[in-house]
Amino acid sequence: MKFKANVKVMLKPSVLDPQGATLERALKSMGHDNVSSIRVGKLIELVLESPDAQEAAKAANDWADRLLANPNMENYSLTLEPLT
Amino acid sequence: MSAKAAVVVFPGSNCDQDNVRSWKAVTGLTADLVWHKETSLPNYDLVIVPGGFSFGDYLRCGAIARFSPIMGEIVRLAKRGNLILGICNGFQILTEAGLLPGALNRNKNLLYLCLDVHLRVENDRTAFTGDYRRGQVLKIPISHGEGGYSLKASELKALNDSDRVVFRYCAPDGTVSPEDAPNGSQDNVAGIVNGRGNVLGMMPHPERLAEEDLGGTDGRALFTSILQTLKGGL
Repeated sequence: MKFKANVKVMLKPSVLDPQGATLERALKSMGHDNVSSIRVGKLIELVLESPDAQEAAKAANDWADRLLANPNMENYSLTLEPLT
Repeated sequence: MSAKAAVVVFPGSNCDQDNVRSWKAVTGLTADLVWHKETSLPNYDLVIVPGGFSFGDYLRCGAIARFSPIMGEIVRLAKRGNLILGICNGFQILTEAGLLPGALNRNKNLLYLCLDVHLRVENDRTAFTGDYRRGQVLKIPISHGEGGYSLKASELKALNDSDRVVFRYCAPDGTVSPEDAPNGSQDNVAGIVNGRGNVLGMMPHPERLAEEDLGGTDGRALFTSILQTLKGGL
């Protein structure tokens, strides 16, 4: 079976996010004073083949733990859906 | 005495030749360039993981290089006690590989910074810094976009308590305040060693300042220190 995984990688809340801070200043300079707490992350899409959803989730989590996210400074969340 | 040095080359490395040249200029010894696909580095006492943009810095700096075939051998040599020196992208690769704690985050002002900075030597009793003296102020170039050292506060405290911060960004007079770290490094960290003391990672480039003709020699003592350590036996 084929599955599509979305891995959302974000800097941990404790880690300074200079990109987010810059975007926030840019929006404020456009007059949007009601904006706050901007964080910039990455969205990684991938398709994997696996016998079932459980195995697919296990593999995708393993890849995220080892490569896609750096546990020292990032958290990730994973969604998985079967491709028909 | 044995002081055989290798400099690893990844696709996108660009400080490999500088390290070969500086090692030779300072110690009179040759260093071998080794392609990242190699799986064995027999008899090398020192492995330098150089700066550059390995694999285009895709995903995160060092994240992909960390899985190159050579890295298994570098981990093995590190466990054996051989000296491993990671400079700039090399430092990033060593943190990604788990040989050094922490991570290097985007510079706080988002700029790629290529400039001379001042560094204070915090520990002159490592295998890499015996020819410096504690408190000495060096002027050495940095050249990176992701050099903000980031580590959990409790782990940073442990790093400080065990004297493993080797270089800190400072003012010309040696005082240290946050604005002296242009990249936003936590606690002004510019270079650290592992617990055993045989793996050093640093963002500044000592290999770019090891000959008078290149504008200064503050980087020389790193290489002479390593040579002294290797002469004394591992």
